[in-house]
Amino acid sequence: MYEQFRAKAVGVGAEVYRFETKREALDFVLPFLEKEGLADAPGSYAVWADSPFLDGLDLKALQQLPGLRFDVSRQLSSQAKFGISQMEWAVADTGSLVQDQSAAEQRLVSSLTEIHIALIATGNIVAGKAPLFARINPKTSRYIAFITGPSRTADIERVLTIGVHGPQRLIIVFVDELGGERL
Amino acid sequence: MKKEFKASITRAVNDANLTGALGKFSEAYKVNRAKAYEGIDFEALRSRIAEIKSGAACDLDAVAETFKKNAEALGAKVYRTRDPQEVKDYILQVAKDNGVKTVVKSKSMATEEIHLNRHLMENGISVAETDLGEWIIQLAGQTPSHMVMPAIHMTKEEVSDLFSKEVDERLSTDIPRLVKVARNELRPRFLAADMGISGANIAVAETGSIVLVTNEGNARLVTTLPRIHIALVGVEKLVEKFDAVVPILDALPRSATAQLLTSYVSIISGPTPNDDGTLKDLHIILMDNRRTEMARDPKFKQALQCIRCGSCLNVCPIFRLVGGHVFGGIYTGGIGTILTAWFDELQKSEDIQGLCIQCGNCTQVCPGKLDIPEMILEIRRRLVLEKGQSLVQKAIFGVVNNRKLFHGMLRAASVAGRPFTSGKFIRHLPLFLSDLTEGRSLPAIAAEPFRDSFRKIEQPKSREKAAFYAGCLIDFAYPETGVALVKLLNQAGIEVTFPEAQTCCGAPALYNGAYDVAAQNAVENIRVLLQEDVKYVVSACPTCTVALAHEFGRTLETLGRTEWLPKAKELAEKSVDLATLVKQLVDEGRLSFKEGAQLGKITYHDSCHLKRTLKVSEQPRELLQKAGYQVTEMFECDMCCGMGGSYSMKLPEISAPILQSKLRNIKETGAPVVAMDCPGCVMQIRGGFDQDGSGVRVKHTAELLADQLKG
Repeated sequence: MYEQFRAKAVGVGAEVYRFETKREALDFVLPFLEKEGLADAPGSYAVWADSPFLDGLDLKALQQLPGLRFDVSRQLSSQAKFGISQMEWAVADTGSLVQDQSAAEQRLVSSLTEIHIALIATGNIVAGKAPLFARINPKTSRYIAFITGPSRTADIERVLTIGVHGPQRLIIVFVDELGGERL
Repeated sequence: MKKEFKASITRAVNDANLTGALGKFSEAYKVNRAKAYEGIDFEALRSRIAEIKSGAACDLDAVAETFKKNAEALGAKVYRTRDPQEVKDYILQVAKDNGVKTVVKSKSMATEEIHLNRHLMENGISVAETDLGEWIIQLAGQTPSHMVMPAIHMTKEEVSDLFSKEVDERLSTDIPRLVKVARNELRPRFLAADMGISGANIAVAETGSIVLVTNEGNARLVTTLPRIHIALVGVEKLVEKFDAVVPILDALPRSATAQLLTSYVSIISGPTPNDDGTLKDLHIILMDNRRTEMARDPKFKQALQCIRCGSCLNVCPIFRLVGGHVFGGIYTGGIGTILTAWFDELQKSEDIQGLCIQCGNCTQVCPGKLDIPEMILEIRRRLVLEKGQSLVQKAIFGVVNNRKLFHGMLRAASVAGRPFTSGKFIRHLPLFLSDLTEGRSLPAIAAEPFRDSFRKIEQPKSREKAAFYAGCLIDFAYPETGVALVKLLNQAGIEVTFPEAQTCCGAPALYNGAYDVAAQNAVENIRVLLQEDVKYVVSACPTCTVALAHEFGRTLETLGRTEWLPKAKELAEKSVDLATLVKQLVDEGRLSFKEGAQLGKITYHDSCHLKRTLKVSEQPRELLQKAGYQVTEMFECDMCCGMGGSYSMKLPEISAPILQSKLRNIKETGAPVVAMDCPGCVMQIRGGFDQDGSGVRVKHTAELLADQLKG
């Protein structure tokens, strides 16, 4: 299912990576941020919303990176270039990511920023909407968000253009070590 | 039709930007849509959606009440109203109570429907549309021309001009750059807005949820950043169960934009915390605005199955020529005609309902299984009931309803030698016209109608008989098609009868809303065609076959003449189109063609009624191949030729360019012959090639097959 997901997600303009461990994922994410211009200045921050991925990591060490912030706010997110969050489900047949985003910070980091880095447990890929809908519940999740590729429009002359109001890039990082349902 | 309306059509079809953009889009759409639906059983999917939506429409009041109860239990405020004015008052009151100065909106046709922006702005509130297309038309002071792509009629140059004015800087026409301008201009407004207004694509009663389907990401910001969120939802968006979301999400993006899924889908169930820790003030307005009335009308209830994907516009041969603004209302195209007739008033649809050529393309792609052409016919019928027929139409149908007079006049036209040039009635007779319209010649009335030729044909006697229903065009303009039909059936050992008292099939009257005339035609034909004991009633005109096999019963039922229904059914069961019958005879080994014939390339034009109502498309192709032709498909082989009966006379400015595309597509195959099974299409396309001078031969399939019979 990972390969199907990857093909569909890449087909709609997402960038997809997969790592075995959280360490390896971090070794990808942190240099990526630096390479793309992370800095302690408006327009260059990275905001990281509360994620199970962070459990057991040395946050203090991460905070040493200039510009990487965990105190997500509207103000900070609107000045951030990067938003990092963990999504709960990946849907193979459409290349979509799904998460309960009832907490506003989850939406701020994934909608106001230019580049959204989405972490996800490789074990949480489902085949399609039917198995997905058996796992999501509007009674307990007030804002269920589906994200499929970057923000797009074709409103001017039907020309596909990426990055209108949401992120221009969606970087999906699968981490096997995060476990998930099929582990 | 009103003069201003005609003028707006002429302007639209001559607007090269518009027709170029729409034409390109519509051609690409068909291919992309098919790709998006690969591996999906579309018929099963749309049956499921129709069932879900129709189920909710049956009991709108109860479903709406369940939604209200469940959404309120979660903390949302739900307001139900029938009246658009009350919607506007409610929203304004919420704004005033909360000191709202600025509003950001994501796309909502329901707010367009009630002209909400104007109301808020007149009351001193600043409103920014944030969907790129909606923002463009807001800056231009226009209404959306398409429900999914509101600004599809505009060029990048026009957009660049609008944006340049807005940001007070001369911008280039580079589209990514223009999109960037929109992002930068609208971002501060999102962050500062006091209120967000959205629509909803689905509202789930069971869970009190609303579902938003978007691509740009603006709906996520509208529902997240401002402290107040108001969702305006037409009650047709209601479904009962949460699992109903799945099939609608499977279909909506595929049908709307040929995507597997849009970039964003949000399922919101009750208020969520704002980023400052307070709880969102969430209002959901369920607006009726005549939808319940519509749901109670047996002919229009199906309109509530619409999921607002716009695919009916994307495949419409008329929409791709004229665009949306000709329709004059908020909702455009075929579905827009129906919604305008209800949400505004029936009279408002008087002109625009005439734009539908009844080709049925939209019925093939509609994910809600709406029969838009049927509903438009019903609008026509009701308009005629309300206003009566025009004098000209009355005169025409007076003649058509009197077979002897009608046929006598057709004969007179032939005797006169200069058909249609004199006599006011003749020139307006349905399917026959006096003037040579630009780009198409019209056939002369045959010197000898089929009914006269028929008597001279010597037929082998047989116990197996077929009654031939010729229809006006074959009888009086193309008798050779009828002769070919007799030859084909005789060869298979079937004797053909020709009941002389047969009259017009009633299609011209029906498609003009004159149901009483159509019903009278139906009754006369039923009586005549059931007189003899025949196995088949065969026709070589698909429109006539549809009348015999489908419309007679439906028309009589609509008018309550139920005593005729059993006979109509008996006739329907015997009725068959020629291609289907001949294919059956060939398959049974009763007919065969000369062996080894190499007749070269041919292309085939699918007639609307044959392909989409009678579902016949492979049979004629297989027969032509068996007869020795090599069938080469043209681009858009099943796109209407623009004839549409009297349509080509009422709206020649639309019919002519449709014909031109058809001629071009035929010529591009390089085939010297084009075959078709409808004498109306023969008249249109042959007339077109006669003017065009390219020498492509236009033939009814029956004639081509009869020439190749063995023995």
